[in-house]
Amino acid sequence: MSSTLTWDQMQDLMWPATWETLGMVGIATAATIVIGLPVGLFLVLTDKGGLLQNVPVARVLGVIVNVGRSIPFIILIVALIPFTRWVVGTSLGWQAAAVPLAVGAIPFFARLVETSVREVDGGLVEAVQSMGGSTWTIVRKTLLPEALPALVASVTTTVIALIGYSAMAGTVGGGGLGDLAYRYGYLRFQTTFMWVIVAELVVIVTVLQLIGDRIARRLSHRGSYPSPLGLLFGSRRRAADDELASH
Amino acid sequence: MITTTDLTKVYRSQGREVTALAGVDLHVREGEVYGVVGTSGAGKSTLIRCVNMLERPSSGTVTVDGLDLTALGGHEQRAGSALREARRRIGMVFQHFNLLASRTAQENVELPLEIIGLDRAQRRRKAAELLDLVGLADKARSYPSQLSGGQKQRVGIARALAGDPKVLLSDEATSALDPETTRSILKLLRDLNQQLGLTVLLITHEMDVIKSVCDSAALMRGGRVVESGELTDLLATPGSELARELFPLSEFGSGHPGRTVLEITFQGDTSARPFVSQLARTYQIDINILGAAVETIAGRMVGRMRVELSGSHQDNVVPIGFLREQGLQVDVLDAANGAVA
Repeated sequence: MSSTLTWDQMQDLMWPATWETLGMVGIATAATIVIGLPVGLFLVLTDKGGLLQNVPVARVLGVIVNVGRSIPFIILIVALIPFTRWVVGTSLGWQAAAVPLAVGAIPFFARLVETSVREVDGGLVEAVQSMGGSTWTIVRKTLLPEALPALVASVTTTVIALIGYSAMAGTVGGGGLGDLAYRYGYLRFQTTFMWVIVAELVVIVTVLQLIGDRIARRLSHRGSYPSPLGLLFGSRRRAADDELASH
Repeated sequence: MITTTDLTKVYRSQGREVTALAGVDLHVREGEVYGVVGTSGAGKSTLIRCVNMLERPSSGTVTVDGLDLTALGGHEQRAGSALREARRRIGMVFQHFNLLASRTAQENVELPLEIIGLDRAQRRRKAAELLDLVGLADKARSYPSQLSGGQKQRVGIARALAGDPKVLLSDEATSALDPETTRSILKLLRDLNQQLGLTVLLITHEMDVIKSVCDSAALMRGGRVVESGELTDLLATPGSELARELFPLSEFGSGHPGRTVLEITFQGDTSARPFVSQLARTYQIDINILGAAVETIAGRMVGRMRVELSGSHQDNVVPIGFLREQGLQVDVLDAANGAVA
């Protein structure tokens, strides 16, 4: 019933799908950073002992984030259809798929931001306070710059999670690589094509992780920045050598 | 310069109360180096953090350079603008340096200048001057991870001086450093104190720090100051605990039963006089020297000697009086346990 696709046919299908994936993930990532970063910061600042301690606000934020993280993504896509239509004007296509992707990723990213910012040594906050710095100064000149390498790593993790989620965007006609692999590879028994797409996704994810690691490492002036892929490619050893050299 | 009056700090957690400061009166004069010493948990860290309101005291007042900081508004974590303004004129250095890893040495020193609101050119010039002052001009572009502990603390000190403060607070600034580096950092603090007329309040758990840089000291225990004053006065005070700690003779022998053990302290020019041989010649008595040491404390030569005289205290009243007449400080020890009788 189904004949094997030629390499040219595969390419014709893959290129648009690649751009759809990168497009929806790109837009979703931008929205996630713009909203998730302040949410993550406020989770830290309003917490007990925080610079803007406000326990009720912290509780409410925490609950919203937890609820957001609990809803299965496939449910989120369907439940958000009216909202998506209101934002984008349609509930179909890759642009529309970016909306539930962003909504799903914001709470996830906010938690990563929270963890990154909490890692910043409280002594630094105290030092800036002793210089007469305001809370805003502390956030802008201490918390964010000091957490930057960890924040970049969080963005990398979020982007890669979004690529995984984007496979489900096919449900609302979002297209993309995951959807292509599902429709052709699984539903039409084009096993070879499916593996080609999976290989492409592996390449995309690996390249993104490497770029993310490299940026994080460059921003980190602590000498070493461990990451799973860096470990695989031996950059951890280099980092250890740098550390030795600097002493 | 710094005055605290009946300062208390009580921490409340889960219904329990912990008193960190139980009424501390401290008076640091302008231009002196004042050391607060005590074991951990004595409250000295809370005390220094109350001076610039990093911790808000439960009661009492803190006055720095005539300004009552306790009266300035602000929440525990959210300082009002008047308090932030006042903090800019109080420098602080920390045990763990607290430098931003994301900034170079130069940029770390520029941070307080950014807060003050200087423009880029002014910041650069001022930061370069300050790094030069602490002897780190060649490390301006290094990141903290590339600096040694002593160099990091020098950057910390340069940063603390950025706002041209009149007061420098030092929170165990040398406790994370090796002895040699500690000496060089203390020397730097002393130099800054003399060159800039900077008033320094430091806390430490090391008596050596007090001995080498301080003009005055306070001993804290259980949230209270149990003894305080100028070092030279303390050394002349019979039974002073701080003097004993500053100049311990405990490792020397404590004498034999039935004899009298004296601890003789001499300062300045009295150290040049041969009082032991005079004593022996004048009263025809035998003197057994159990131990002696001479050190420089607060810039003055101070010596201590523990000697043993034959016979009981009553038998030696006259020789002891002779020594006191020479301007020496004489403490009579109970031979059995070495405590002051």
